[in-house]
Amino acid sequence: MSTIIFGILLVLVFVFVLMYNGLVTMRNRVKNAWAQIDVQLKRRYNLIPNLVETVKGYATHEKTVFENVTKARSAAINASGVGDQAQAENMLSGALKSLFAVSENYPQLKASQNFMMLQEELAGTENKIAYSRQFYNDSVMLFNTKIQHIPYNIIANLFGFKEENLFEISIAAEKETPKVKF
Amino acid sequence: MEHVNIYDQISSNKRLSYLLFVVFFIISFILAFIISEFFGGGYAGTTIILILAVIWMLFSYYLGDKAILALNHAQEVKKEQYPHLYHTVEGLSIAAGVPMPRVYVINDPAPNAFATGRDPKHSSVAVTKGLMDRLKRIELEGVLAHELSHIKNYDIRYMTLVMVMIGLIGILSSTIFRMLFYGRGRHNKSGGALILVGILFAIIAPIIARIIRLAISRKREYMADASAALITRYPQGLADALKKIEASHVPMVKANPDTAPLYIANPFAGKKELFSNLFSTHPPIKERIKILEAM
Repeated sequence: MSTIIFGILLVLVFVFVLMYNGLVTMRNRVKNAWAQIDVQLKRRYNLIPNLVETVKGYATHEKTVFENVTKARSAAINASGVGDQAQAENMLSGALKSLFAVSENYPQLKASQNFMMLQEELAGTENKIAYSRQFYNDSVMLFNTKIQHIPYNIIANLFGFKEENLFEISIAAEKETPKVKF
Repeated sequence: MEHVNIYDQISSNKRLSYLLFVVFFIISFILAFIISEFFGGGYAGTTIILILAVIWMLFSYYLGDKAILALNHAQEVKKEQYPHLYHTVEGLSIAAGVPMPRVYVINDPAPNAFATGRDPKHSSVAVTKGLMDRLKRIELEGVLAHELSHIKNYDIRYMTLVMVMIGLIGILSSTIFRMLFYGRGRHNKSGGALILVGILFAIIAPIIARIIRLAISRKREYMADASAALITRYPQGLADALKKIEASHVPMVKANPDTAPLYIANPFAGKKELFSNLFSTHPPIKERIKILEAM
């Protein structure tokens, strides 16, 4: 009799360990997904000085545009908190937009291999930022769903697994589909 | 739930891959046994054939993807050569949550693409030049997301193994069959061997046909389409890409016929009469477009 009880207990402990470890893995996946967004954002910051230098070589008279981009970049780097970060990113996107608008006036710049490469690189990185945010949200959704399900919710409550926040675009401008004009 | 299905698909593909090794080994054993019986090879003959079979199994698992890429004249490219393509693959692998696969380009004007490898860490995607020329970014994203889904689902492992491992048996048996058939007049002794090969062919052919059909089942393609839509969040992109691929009507020059089922669309669509038997299992593009557009 006692062997049976012992056996059942052993199975229960085993199941518990499996479930607990599963939750830890998922939570780490969410954290990693968040870190991936930062990786892409940093890549974008690193590209900007190169871009500014390249444009400077052709368009010497657009000082204010350069200053705006540089200012917005450092603001975005130094921003703390999700809200501030989003706002700074938005400003940076705006500044970059005007930089590209200005470069339209310089055919030599537009034809330069270096500029085209940087433009492609930046567009690629911006896509990656969007995709890494999407992946973060996917991971969060899986994690949140799991810790709400029975019996995971019991373990989650006991051991402090909390729901993670989804990344939401809080700025109205970013919600709209960008319209590209040629 | 969609995610449950993906995990089901992954374990099903892994299971099928193991099963494939077993089936291949059994087929090799039967072959070895019959050949040794007929030609008096004894235990040594059987052993040699079985060792060769194991080597071929290892080769298929570890180098099958390289063989398939080489057979299709795919060349690995660096970021600097095709930054646009490279960035797109990189971005989509982030969204799909898989490591970045190697990127290959096939110098062929027909639009097409495939993926191969043994797991997401050892995987490759190959696209034709024609695909890059014809598709807009959003459409290219759709096609690449479809290929990345094959990688994530482990479809690549099973399909690559089928193509390389079973493909060999298919090629060998049909070659021997043809050789004996056309060489009938010259060799009188081949009468017994012809019967033997006929028997072997009768045993093995239906098994191989069944395995290949399993590998290119419609479910697999529809599933990859659905996952692609989930990755890009834009099913219309892949639908438009498939429309352009269907409308192109240019058969591929560089594609290897034995690996054709790996491609996103039949690479020999222009030459229907010749290959209709082998490729009738390719899921109809019109149906796929319809499903994508209803998403």
